[in-house]
Parts: sequence; structure tokens; C-alpha cells
Amino acid sequence: MTVQEKLIETIVSRYDGEVGMLIPMMQDLQAESGYLPVDQLRRLAARLDTPVSRLYAVATFYASFRLAPKGQHEVTLCVGTVCYLKGAGRISERIQEEFQVEAGGTTPDGLFTFQAVNCVGACALAPVMIVDGQYHDKVTPDSAMEVLRGLPLEQRQEQQETKT
Amino acid sequence: MTVVAAKPISSPAALQRKREQLGKQRSGPAKRVRVCIGTGCAAKGSRRLYELFVEAMKESDMAVEAVICVGCHGFCQRGPIVVVEPGEIFYQQVEEPDVAEIFRETVLGGRVVERLLYEDPVTDKRAKTAAEIPFYRAQQRIVLAHNGVIDPTSIDDYIAVGGYGALAKALTAMTPEQVLAQVERSGLRGRGGGGFPTARKWRSCRNAPGQPKYVICNGDEGDPGAFMDRSIMEGNPHAILEGMALGAYAIGSSQGYIYVRNEYPLAVKHLRGAIEDARAAGLLGQDILGTGFSFDIRINRGGGAFVCGESTALMASLEGRPGEPRAKYVHTVESGLREKPTNLNNVETWANVPAIINRGGEWFASIGTEKSKGTKVFSLVGKVENTGLVEVPMGITLRRIIEEIGGGVPDGKAFKAVQTGGPSGGCIPAEHLDTAVDFDELTELGSMMGSGGMIVMDEDTCMVNVARYFLNFLNAESCGKCTPCREGLAQMLAILDRITHGEGRQGDIDRLEQLADLLEGTALCALGKTAANPVLSTIRYFRDEYDAHILQQRCPAKECRGLFRYEIDPEACKACGLCLKHCPVEAISGEKKVPHVIDQQKCTHCGTCLDKCPFGAVLKV
Repeated sequence: MTVQEKLIETIVSRYDGEVGMLIPMMQDLQAESGYLPVDQLRRLAARLDTPVSRLYAVATFYASFRLAPKGQHEVTLCVGTVCYLKGAGRISERIQEEFQVEAGGTTPDGLFTFQAVNCVGACALAPVMIVDGQYHDKVTPDSAMEVLRGLPLEQRQEQQETKT
Repeated sequence: MTVVAAKPISSPAALQRKREQLGKQRSGPAKRVRVCIGTGCAAKGSRRLYELFVEAMKESDMAVEAVICVGCHGFCQRGPIVVVEPGEIFYQQVEEPDVAEIFRETVLGGRVVERLLYEDPVTDKRAKTAAEIPFYRAQQRIVLAHNGVIDPTSIDDYIAVGGYGALAKALTAMTPEQVLAQVERSGLRGRGGGGFPTARKWRSCRNAPGQPKYVICNGDEGDPGAFMDRSIMEGNPHAILEGMALGAYAIGSSQGYIYVRNEYPLAVKHLRGAIEDARAAGLLGQDILGTGFSFDIRINRGGGAFVCGESTALMASLEGRPGEPRAKYVHTVESGLREKPTNLNNVETWANVPAIINRGGEWFASIGTEKSKGTKVFSLVGKVENTGLVEVPMGITLRRIIEEIGGGVPDGKAFKAVQTGGPSGGCIPAEHLDTAVDFDELTELGSMMGSGGMIVMDEDTCMVNVARYFLNFLNAESCGKCTPCREGLAQMLAILDRITHGEGRQGDIDRLEQLADLLEGTALCALGKTAANPVLSTIRYFRDEYDAHILQQRCPAKECRGLFRYEIDPEACKACGLCLKHCPVEAISGEKKVPHVIDQQKCTHCGTCLDKCPFGAVLKV
């Protein structure tokens, strides 16, 4: 059994092979590699005796599933109502222009994946940007650029260690 | 953090003994430091504060009972919040360097650190405890009573404040019918948005044929600007479990599910821990407290789809399918999850149940208005001085919430509207601020209670753009199953896009109203049926703003790009050259000591000059 096959087996048995638990299974799978590799989805579908199309339907319906690898850093901009009222829309525009990245996409150089989410519930800090788990409050287009331009490329391991 | 009781609690009497024992341990002048680790405070580094307090405690010889993490206090604006017992000394905006001082002065020395207390902006008086702060004074806390007081990761903390007492009482001294009767008497209505009488839902599910029956807690709090349920799940998870167990007992269910929004990792963690602890303590699982009643709960995480807050979509998601709603000619209480009778309530509804059983339906019904009983938790956010979570009795006016608790609109700006009810709610203008907050009054005004988001908007907010924002949100979150919602929202959004870009046409308002009518009448689920509310309510109260956009290509709030101009005030301009340097299209001219000027032909209205000017000389006109 390959490593990949073992992983699928572990995940499936965690939920007693119940197809109804497809979403938690896919969440676990994504937690392993940061996205859902197509060959792994095929394996999971075969193991559950379910068409791949059903897994694909789930993967594309829910915003939290990704079918492509993530960038080195994770940038989440809150565009909930309060952040929007306080200027998150303009911040989002600046990020998209400056780094040639769409919401949900990854920059061409793989520096970061950019997510625009509907409210992280930290409205007292609005507008909020979360970079690799760290919250930045009362962000402006300029301060956001400053943070993002300062992100190191290819030093992800080190970054995560200092965070914990 | 507590060590989980090794032995399950075998009977209601044993639970009582445990509570008395915990009470004895904790009586006397116990010294405790409570650090808020709700998302708002944690985002400002409160976890580090907790670690520093723990270190300080270890280093000191004096007996400090504990440093604990607690859930959200609600006053997010002033986070991180640290409360020291005894005395309930309330410190706000605490930073890392303050820890040593608080420990030395207050914890060890019993003295108050004045500069970290809340200072009333009106009276300049410093408040020593939360009770002295206006933000808390007008609140009445039932659901949030233990938030910020107990450690959400400790079942002992919950038991010590009376937790699981309602469950023990129900299982030993009440029949399921009596539990139902108390909830009925209380007049509790669903806190998730619909306001459906909780007891009626329970009774329908109880009476529905078919086994097994399921109970579900809807924790898929998707409304932007709303974080009531998250704070309950993070700050007092056992209250939800106890409420669900009581409901399950009344309905005749033995399996529950909690569906938690994907963006709430801390809520998932605390709920998971709480379920494990409750199982180990014999308060969930087989033969609870030796009474023969069995009930267990499983957690599912959402996938990031707003529509899954709708009950049938949520159930589809629990079955491992895309969260698409179905028509509800057959109610979910008869055929819900896996086509079995299913009772779904939201987090806050469940969290109200233990208090109702403990203190009686009569007591609960004494709070609130004729048809809306009890309290409601709101997240008060937006252009308001005190952002945070508030719990108020039903019937309080919007004005008291916004002005007295919220401290009004900051920066001397004028209040324009308050948006309630989430994306499907509406905007309520200043002339209705004295309306009493209850389910029916808010609906009357063209908005709704919703789950409790309350977003304050000031004069700088363009109401047409607000409507566009919500429609854009709903259009993106529409599942696409039914045509009116999928196509209707897209059309409405296109019209609003045109209007906010200055390309509105005569008759656009009528077209919007027609489409709204169509959606309300024909969409499959509540998302589509109520989607037009933000448009309709803004047309109702702010029609002049629509007209200004459409007829004069002018945005009165000066928010819609291109529908107002930037100009430089020659009096205020110090000719520093910053705007000129940063203008991306070289539209600004000027030289040293000569006030700068914007060439309106070249200007793209990007707003960079406004952001850059240190003297406030750039004006929107």
C-alpha cells in the first residue's frame, strides 16, 4: 500500500466508511496537503464506491475546498460588512492589482494565496487582514502593502517555527 | 485547564455533591486572573498575556489559585481584557508590559492600577468593575451570564456555577412533556432569524412518526458582522450541550449534531473538548446520570457556504452533499436529516434552555415584550464607539443600544442607519430609533431580527452601495438551484452596479422592485425570498439617495467612485507635494509654496491624494 493509499484508508476508517461523512473526510484530506489532489480524490471516490463527480460537486460547492496547491503564505482579507464599510474593498483592489492575484487565487510567483472572506468576526479590529494566522488590525491599503511586500519568499519553514 | 473527572458522575445526587465540593474549594478570597481569549482579544495577543501571567504565577510564592482563559466579555473594542478576582477589577487594553505591574500591584498587593481601568469618555470617571461601565450597565445577561467568568475548557467551572443542574432536574423530576411545557410557557422563539416558537417546533418533532429523531444545533453563523453564536460556542460550550440534551429529552431523541462554521476553529476546539469532558463525566452518552436517558452529540464543520445556515441545506451538508435547500412543503420536523424527524435550533436558542428549566418558563416570560420574550444577544458593530457583544432584554429601543451601550457614532459624525438581520435584513433610519427591538416590530420596519447582527452606519455610508454590497454577497452565495434566486439576484446586482457607477436609468427603481417581488414570491428558500430586503428597505427610507445617483449622477455620501470630485482646499494646502508625488495619473499640479490643484479631466478618483494628505486639505465635493 502506498503512502497515499494508506492516508485514504486512515481517513475513511476514521468515519467508518460512511459516505454521509464525505465532507469531514475531504476536510481531513485537505488538512494533510493544503489542497485536494485530484488523484487522491479519485482514490477516495473508489474507496467509497461513489462517482468522482459527487466529490467534485462537493469540492466546488464549498468555498473552503481547494483543488490547487496553496502559496507559501496565506493572506486572508475580511470583506465582511464592517470591514467593507471601513475600506476593505479598496484594500482588496490594491492587493489584486499589485500582486496580480484574484480572490481565491495564488500570486504568479507562489508567494501567497489570497482569500477574501465574509467576516472573521473581529469587527472591533476592522478592517482586518490575517497573514499566516497573525491578525493585522485597522489595515489601510498602504499598511497592507507594507506587510505583504515584507513577506519572505521560500522561507516558509522558518516563518512557521517563529510563529509557534 | 482541568483534569477530567476520572469517574463518571453516576447520579443527580452525585452531581450535587460535586458542585458543593467545588464550591468549598473555591470559596474565600480566592485570587484568580481571568484573561479573555475570545477571537477579538486573541487577535490582539491575549494568549501571550495568559502565558505571561502563568509564568508570573509560577515565579511568585503567594498563593494564586489560578490564571484562566475565559470566553468573550463582549467589550471587544477595549480588548484585550483581563479581570482580577477578588474585586472583579476590570482591566482593558492590556499589553504585554502591563502584566508584571498587574501581577505585582493587584494580584499580590491588592491595589488597583488606575491607568488600565476604563475611563468614561463623558464623565472622565474611571470604572473599577464591569458593572460600572455604561457598556455593561444596560445589559441583562442570561445567555452570556457565564461568558468571561468561567473557563470554557473546564467542565468543573461550568458545574460550579450550576451547570448541568437543569439537566439533572429534568431527568429526575420532570417528564419530557413537562420540559416542553416550561419552554412553551417561556415563549422562547428561535434566535436564528425566523423567530419561530421553539416549543411548537419541538412538539411537532416529538409528535412526528418515525425513529430515530435528531436534534441539530445550527452554528453556521454566516452573517457578516455577526459573532454572537461564535462567542457562546467559544465562551460557554457546555450551555449549548446541556440545552441540546434537554431538548433531546423533551423530543425523544438520542443523537444530536452541531454544525459549526468553518471559519471558527476555536469554537470547534472548545466544543470538541466540552463533548469529550461531558462524555467522561457521564453527562453525555449512555445512561446519563444513571437515569436511563441516553444522548450523544457529534460535531461537523461547515465548508464555507452561507446558504448552509438554511435548515434543509444544512441537513444536506450533514449528509455529505452540496448544501442546496429543498422546498419545505414537508417540514424538517417530520422529514429532515436522513428523512427522519429533525429539530434544528440555533446556538443561542439552545443556550437559553438550561436557564428556562432552572428558573422556570414563567420567569423567562417576565422579561421582554408581549410576543418576544427573554433577551437577545447582538453584535454591535460598524460606525459605533463601542464595538462588541451585547445582551439586552427584548423591547429595549434601538436608540438605547446604539447610544447608551454603544456610545454613539464616533468622530462627531451623524448617524444614518442601523442595519439589522444580516444580508437579508434591512436598514433602519434615525427616525425609527425609538422602536422597541422585538421580532415583530423590526419586521414591521422592513428589516428583521435575524440572528443578531447590528451594523451602525454614519453619514459617510452610501445606502445604495450598502444595498449593492449585500446583493453582491447574496448573489455570490446563492446556491444556484432555483432560477429566481440565481438569475434574479444577478439582474438586480447588474442594475445596482449601473446605478453606483452613475449609469442609472429612469425606471431602475421600479425594475428593482419588480424583481424583488418576483424573488419573494418564487424563490425556493429563505435566502432568495428575503434577498431583496436590503434593496427594498433602502429604497423605502433613502429613495432620495437612489434618485441622486440616477438623475444627477451624484453620490450624496461621497462614496461611489466617480460620483463626486476630489478638490484641494487652497487655505489648508501647505504645498508639501505629497499628493502630487503619489498621484498615479499626474493629475495634480503645483509647486513649493503654491497650493496644489487637481485637474478634474485627468483625475481617476482613486482617492490616493486624500489618503496621503497630512493636513486634511483634500476634500470630497
